[in-house]
Amino acid sequence: MKISTVARHFREGAKNVGRNGWMSFASISSIAVSLFILGVFMLLALNVNKLADQLDNQVQISVYLETDTDQPKIENVERLIKRIPEVKSVTFVSKAEGLARFRESMGEDGKQALEGYDDENNPLPDSFEVEAFNPQQIAFVAKQIEAINESDPDKPVKRVRYGKGTIETLFSITNGVRNIGLFIVLGLAVMAMFLISTTIKMTILARRREIGIMKLVGATNSFIRWPFFIEGALIGFSGSAAAAAGLLIGYSQLVIKTNHSMGLYMLQLSTFDEVKWLVGGTILALGTLLGVWGSTISIRKHLRV
Amino acid sequence: MQDVEMDKVRILTGSDNVIEMQDIWKTYPDGTTALQAINVVIERNEFVYIVGPSGAGKSTFMKLIYREEVPTKGQISVNGFNIGKLKQRKIPYVRRNIGVIFQDYKLLPKLSAYENVAFAMEVIETPSRAIRRRTMEVLELVGLKHKAGSLPAQLSGGEQQRIAIARAIVNNPAVIVADEPTGNLDPETSWGIMKLLEEINFRGTTIVMATHNKEIVNTLRKRVIAIEKGSISRDEPRGEYGYEN
Repeated sequence: MKISTVARHFREGAKNVGRNGWMSFASISSIAVSLFILGVFMLLALNVNKLADQLDNQVQISVYLETDTDQPKIENVERLIKRIPEVKSVTFVSKAEGLARFRESMGEDGKQALEGYDDENNPLPDSFEVEAFNPQQIAFVAKQIEAINESDPDKPVKRVRYGKGTIETLFSITNGVRNIGLFIVLGLAVMAMFLISTTIKMTILARRREIGIMKLVGATNSFIRWPFFIEGALIGFSGSAAAAAGLLIGYSQLVIKTNHSMGLYMLQLSTFDEVKWLVGGTILALGTLLGVWGSTISIRKHLRV
Repeated sequence: MQDVEMDKVRILTGSDNVIEMQDIWKTYPDGTTALQAINVVIERNEFVYIVGPSGAGKSTFMKLIYREEVPTKGQISVNGFNIGKLKQRKIPYVRRNIGVIFQDYKLLPKLSAYENVAFAMEVIETPSRAIRRRTMEVLELVGLKHKAGSLPAQLSGGEQQRIAIARAIVNNPAVIVADEPTGNLDPETSWGIMKLLEEINFRGTTIVMATHNKEIVNTLRKRVIAIEKGSISRDEPRGEYGYEN
C-alpha cells in the first residue's frame, strides 16, 4: 500500500470517529471503563504475587518442643520431620538462640521487657524452624508434624505454629479475586466490543452512498474496508490510552501514599517501574484489538462487497 | 498493468467486442424472469440505445454489464472478461473499465464538483498529481471547469449530470453504461448531454444508453436494441424508437 493511501485511510478513519461523535464517545468510554477495571485486577494480582513472595520468607513452620524433651528425642523428631518429602529444610533453634533472636526482633522496646532473663530462667522452649519447598504445602506439612507427635507416646511437640490464617486466606482471596475479576472484565469487554461494532455500523450506514459509488468506480474491497478498521482501532486505542493513563497515574500516587504504612509491616507494593510496561502495554494492545475486532464484526455484517 | 492484461485477453480471443452476451437468462429470487435468451454483441466504439416499455428488463440488462447483477444462466463478457465467472476480488478491476451514469446523478452532496470527480480516481489509488491534471481535463471537457468548487446543490440538473459524466469517464473506461441519463432533464438540457455523450463516443468510448426519450432516439440515429418482456424484440443498426410515449 502506498503511503498516500495509508494516510488517506487514517484521515477517513479519524473523520468517521468525529462524524459519530456521541457514539464514538460512548464506545471510547466503555472501552476505558472495562480496561480500567481489568487494570485494577492486574495490579491487584501483581501485588498479591509480590506479597506472596515477600511472605515466603515469613512462611515457615515453628515447631515448639516441650521443655523437658531430651536430646535423643529431639534428634529423633528432627529425623522424622526431615523424612516428610515436602520439607526443604529443618533448623534446630535452641532456647538460648531463641531468646537472643527474640531480643533482637523486639529492638529497643524489648530490651527492658526482656531484662532479667538469661540462660538460667529462659522461658522459651527449644524449637525447629521447618521450611517447605512450596508455600502452598505449609498447611499439609504442619499436619504431618502433628501426626508425628500423635504417634509418639511422649508427645514431645508442644505446639506447631505457622501463619495459618494469612497464607491460606491470601491464596483463597487471590483465586477468588481472579475469577470474579475475569468474569467482570470479560462481560465488560464483550459489551465494549458490541458498542464499537454498533458505532461502526452507523458509520457504514451513514456512508452507504459513498461506499456504493466507490464500488461502482472499482475501489477494491480492502480499500473500502480499511477506514472502518482504523476507526475501530482508533476508538479502542483512545479508550485504552485513557484507561492506562488513569491507572498508572493513580497507581503511582498509591505507591507514594502507602509506602510508609506498608513499610511498617515489612511489605512493599510493586513499584511503578515494575508494572508500567506490563499493565500499560497489555491494556493498549487489548483495547486496540477489541476495537479492530468490533469493527470486523460490523464490516462482515454490513459491508458485503 | 490492467491494460496489458486486457490486451492479452483481446489477442487471445481475437475479438474487438466490448460486450458479448450468450443465451443470458436472469431470474430474480422472487421468481420473476427479467431476461430470457438474450444474445447480443456490442463492438468497440459503438453507440447503442436500449429501448422498451418500463419493466421490460432494460435496467437488468444494464446492471448485468456493470455486474451489479449476475446472470442466472449464460455467458457475459465485458472487455474480454467473463464477468459471470469472475472471482469476487477481481470485480473492482473490471469495473474500472466501465463508467456508469444514472438518471439521478448519484453525486456525493458534501463534496464539490471537483472532489466528486477526483473521488473516482482517488479510490482506485491514482497518484495525486495525475488526479489533479486529469480531473481538470475532464471538467473542461464537460464544460464545467469554472464550477469546480461548487457543491452539487448549487448546480442545475444538467450541470450535475455533466459532473456525473465527468466522474464516469475520468478513469478512461472502455464502455459507458448510461441508465436514462436525460430522464430528469428538460429537452434543451438533454440535447446538451447527448452532444457530450456523442463527443465521448467520438473519442473512442463505447456507449450503451437506456432511454425513454423518443425524440433523441429518432433524431440522433444510432443502433437501437428493443427489449420487450425480457427478450430482444428488435436490433437495428440505425433504428427508431418505435413506441408512443
